[in-house]
Amino acid sequence: MSKRQLRLLKVIVFVVCLLPFSFIVWDTLNNLLGADPIQTLHFKTGDWTLRFLLLTLSLSPLSRLFNVPLPLRFSRMFGLFTFFYASMHMLVWLVLDQSLSIDNMLEDVPASPYIILGLLAYTLLIPLAATSTAHMMRVMGDSWFTLHKLIYLIAVMGVIHFFWLTKLDYIEPLIYAFVLSVLLAFRWPVIKRIFL
Amino acid sequence: MLIKKPAFIGENEVTPKEDFDNSRSLISVSRRQFLAKSSTIMLASGLAPSTLWAGNKIEKYTKSVYSIKEKPTPYEYVTTYNNFYEFGTAKGDPAVNAHLLKTKPWSVTIEGEVGKPGVYDLEDILKRQQFEERIYRLRCVEAWSMVVPWIGFPLADLIKQIEPTSKAKYVEFTTLYDPKQMPGQNRRTLKWPYVEGLRMDEAMNPLSLMATGLYGEELPNQNGAPLRLIVPWKYGFKSIKSIVKIRLTEHMPKTSWNESVSHEYGFYANVNPTVPHPRWSQSRERIIGAPLFTPKRDTEMFNGYGEQVASLYEGMNLKRFF
Repeated sequence: MSKRQLRLLKVIVFVVCLLPFSFIVWDTLNNLLGADPIQTLHFKTGDWTLRFLLLTLSLSPLSRLFNVPLPLRFSRMFGLFTFFYASMHMLVWLVLDQSLSIDNMLEDVPASPYIILGLLAYTLLIPLAATSTAHMMRVMGDSWFTLHKLIYLIAVMGVIHFFWLTKLDYIEPLIYAFVLSVLLAFRWPVIKRIFL
Repeated sequence: MLIKKPAFIGENEVTPKEDFDNSRSLISVSRRQFLAKSSTIMLASGLAPSTLWAGNKIEKYTKSVYSIKEKPTPYEYVTTYNNFYEFGTAKGDPAVNAHLLKTKPWSVTIEGEVGKPGVYDLEDILKRQQFEERIYRLRCVEAWSMVVPWIGFPLADLIKQIEPTSKAKYVEFTTLYDPKQMPGQNRRTLKWPYVEGLRMDEAMNPLSLMATGLYGEELPNQNGAPLRLIVPWKYGFKSIKSIVKIRLTEHMPKTSWNESVSHEYGFYANVNPTVPHPRWSQSRERIIGAPLFTPKRDTEMFNGYGEQVASLYEGMNLKRFF
């Protein structure tokens, strides 16, 4: 694939990754969020955060499985989209759910293990996003890879966050947990040797 | 002894004719009118008949002094944003699936510590009641609330009519169990059938309502047709829907959510902003149908009904008996 083609492909993928966001904006502007708009926005932005996170984690297994480097070209973009949707999720919580009130947060956060976990996971995402440039990769050397291993922990936290906020019907978080387990299993040396 | 379908009032209890005539006119659309109307609509739109029952207007009711002054949540949201796991766990599922429920005919089993046990036609029970419209706030345990104009009759009236014995300390309600009509029951989310209960004094409180309608019409199926409980000072899951059995008991009933996750959902489930759910704060609530940037509402003790019900729990540790 030529440089030109790759660039074109990246533009296309970038636009596609923005589609969920544009649908969310469209629904918001046109009053299509339903009876409980704050909750709807929470779920939509949260779902897309987890989806992009899993998508990011699937790139290296895909690359090895098909023995092509192409998927790895999108690690940064998908990683940053994960951060983007996570940031939208945070904004919904801060602005709409908490009305930016410290008092509200002081009441809600300690009462809620899933909020604490979500806040922690988001905090851990920040250094990853901040060091995502090629320049930072060069500067940091090996420690860059060590730091970015945090993504596995963040993914686990994200899925547990979903479990902890769910009431009784665990199908959706179970699906995320299943996909994440498969993706993590591919990192396990034994499985890696057999399948990849 | 249970007698199949006895009349709800014994032969010896004669209702004054005046009352009787009044009660007959409770439901304004006669069966014949309804059938004529419904077949036309059915031909036109292919709607299932059960969804049409919801369109029946209830005309004979009084306005209640217990109504709050706030503007009700739009009908659209009241009838499409429902927790009714018998029809699915997503909020929109009940509105989609509830047409499978057949609410006519409907019978209610009255049993336990009562002088008048039996299986009664719902119509026979309803004939005797005085209906009123009550605009209540409904506060869900999930930290949202809506305001609903219910139509119903005091639960206390019904309990007096079935003649509790001296052993009757609790009221236990049971929802229909029929996975064919309630497809959500094919999944073991909760243990079916759904059971809820009240202490006798809670049940006799004038706020406890047996609802058969909302917004001036018979209840849509997704809202718990044809007969549901409304206990406005408790979290919504106490207000059991589509009731087929009422049992007075000496012992505290085993209620569904409490049985399923006992450390999260208590028997009492009184709305209480100072006692958080183990996984989230209960101090504020999202207002259903409010514009996006509306701040959340401060949740009130007993959902704002403290004046009428606080005395029921005097001396009780409400953190322990949540």
